[in-house]
Amino acid sequence: MNIAVCIKEVPDTESRPKIHDNGKEINRENIKWIVNPYDEIAVEEALQLTEKQGGEVTIISLGPKEVETTIRAALAMGAHKAIRIDSSKIPDDPLVTAKALTKVLESRNFDLIFFGKQAIDNDHAQVPQMVAEAIGLPCATVVVKLEIDGQNARAEREIEGGKEILKFNLPAVVSAQKGLNEPRYRSLKGIMMAKKIMIEELSVDLAQPKYTVQKFNYPPQKQPGRIIGDGTTAVPELVRLLREEAKVI
Amino acid sequence: MSEILVIYEIRDHKIKKVSFEATSAAVQLAKQNKATVSALLIDSQIGNLRSEPEKYGAEKVYVVESSELAKPSPDVLARIITSIVKEVGATHLFMGATSLGKDIMPRVAYHLDSGLVQDITGLKINNGEVTYIRPIIAGKLICEVSLQSEYQLVTTRPNIFKSEMQQGKAEIIQLSPEIPASRVVVEDTIIASAGKLDVTEADIIVSGGRGMQSPDNWHLIEDLAEVVGAATGASRAVVDAGWRDHGEQVGQTGKTVSPNLYIACGISGAIQHQAGMASSKYIVAINKDPEAPIFKLADYGIVGDVMEILPSLTEALKQMVKE
Repeated sequence: MNIAVCIKEVPDTESRPKIHDNGKEINRENIKWIVNPYDEIAVEEALQLTEKQGGEVTIISLGPKEVETTIRAALAMGAHKAIRIDSSKIPDDPLVTAKALTKVLESRNFDLIFFGKQAIDNDHAQVPQMVAEAIGLPCATVVVKLEIDGQNARAEREIEGGKEILKFNLPAVVSAQKGLNEPRYRSLKGIMMAKKIMIEELSVDLAQPKYTVQKFNYPPQKQPGRIIGDGTTAVPELVRLLREEAKVI
Repeated sequence: MSEILVIYEIRDHKIKKVSFEATSAAVQLAKQNKATVSALLIDSQIGNLRSEPEKYGAEKVYVVESSELAKPSPDVLARIITSIVKEVGATHLFMGATSLGKDIMPRVAYHLDSGLVQDITGLKINNGEVTYIRPIIAGKLICEVSLQSEYQLVTTRPNIFKSEMQQGKAEIIQLSPEIPASRVVVEDTIIASAGKLDVTEADIIVSGGRGMQSPDNWHLIEDLAEVVGAATGASRAVVDAGWRDHGEQVGQTGKTVSPNLYIACGISGAIQHQAGMASSKYIVAINKDPEAPIFKLADYGIVGDVMEILPSLTEALKQMVKE
């Protein structure tokens, strides 16, 4: 099996990103950059499939030289190859990203193209579906269970309060949701191996963006909360406040 | 005059509440941009549902009804919607940011070669130019976005826009677009337990963390949720520990929620959790540690043992409901 996993670098979940002076991006200083957690789940799924059925896993990321750190972090899990599509910055517009990835993915005949269900920075949840439509492939998003038998695939996707069962044929696009698997820890050997893998660098012409960030703001600060009491004696006051002040019950 | 088309989501022959919210958001834009609002209903059987969108301000209702559309796949829906948008000449597309909306709208955006803003929580209009507002990094920042494309697509976050009733009568228009061959078969839809609310759709959420001590104590969360008609949520710690299903996880790698009331039980309030629930209208925190970060967010906090406070709160609310 020839599998591609498209990954993105994102700020660590414990970070509190600060707005850059230009007001339109986050300050890169003091941020720990990690592989998008959903993309790690996608890498894990690809590795498990090739371990069972043979084949190769190629990590693909779009961005400047700096993203090679996260590409190597994904390789350290055990992936075989990597491609960086060069771009001076990671585009804000998911359509631009999708078109650039499509140019590379289309020519390489992957049996499966994995993504995380969304990147935890821009939270778009758009690129996997756009790539699938661009290439004309079946696509299952937000997948929590995947079974591959030859050319047949069966996926469970998470929906409100339940699951949807999808069946389709390979090649296909799948976006991974938490619950699909538990990503492995990187071994020292994996980290050493990853350092030796050559990252193929490609350049493609990026499309004109149609989605433009005007401004970032901090969310409104909530009024500091108040502690209304200790233990069960505070319960009647809580009920009164919820009913009379907040009017939510 | 431009036309804003709202794509309705129908599940089990019922219109999702967020479709009405998206209609009200569209009406808000239409009023200032001299546009009209229309609705698109696609299902195997639509029946009386066609008369619902006019109650929220839709002036036209496009109806696509076919037995072939009993379990349509997202790629089929996306291609039908694309052809209808071109046929009717709509300029803006609105849909609820649900699992379905978020899946199909990027596909439509690709086919229309246009920009899509997912999960908007507001919009601003200046001299006819629309700015869409959406939280990013699970709400740690708020982003203002504009689109420079032939069509403008948005999905609206559930529970944010108020659905407002309007006076009016809509023209009903039957359409019969070609139904393309599907790339994916939707074999089955399994709803975990019938009637159970999802955290993204609920007005009230009762959420539990590690302070609940054991998954065996979850009935305390469920009892309270039942009394107030709430959905149940969970912190990342308890989901990672396998106590609860990931579908319930609230936070940066789970769901982002904005209910009227969020009751955090035994949740300390890590940054990644706050990111998922800080936009709740009212937050109640119950935690034995008075220094827990959750108390900085909570409108009302009680310091104490959640195991004792939860049954007492459930009982008090039961009494209230009786009265």
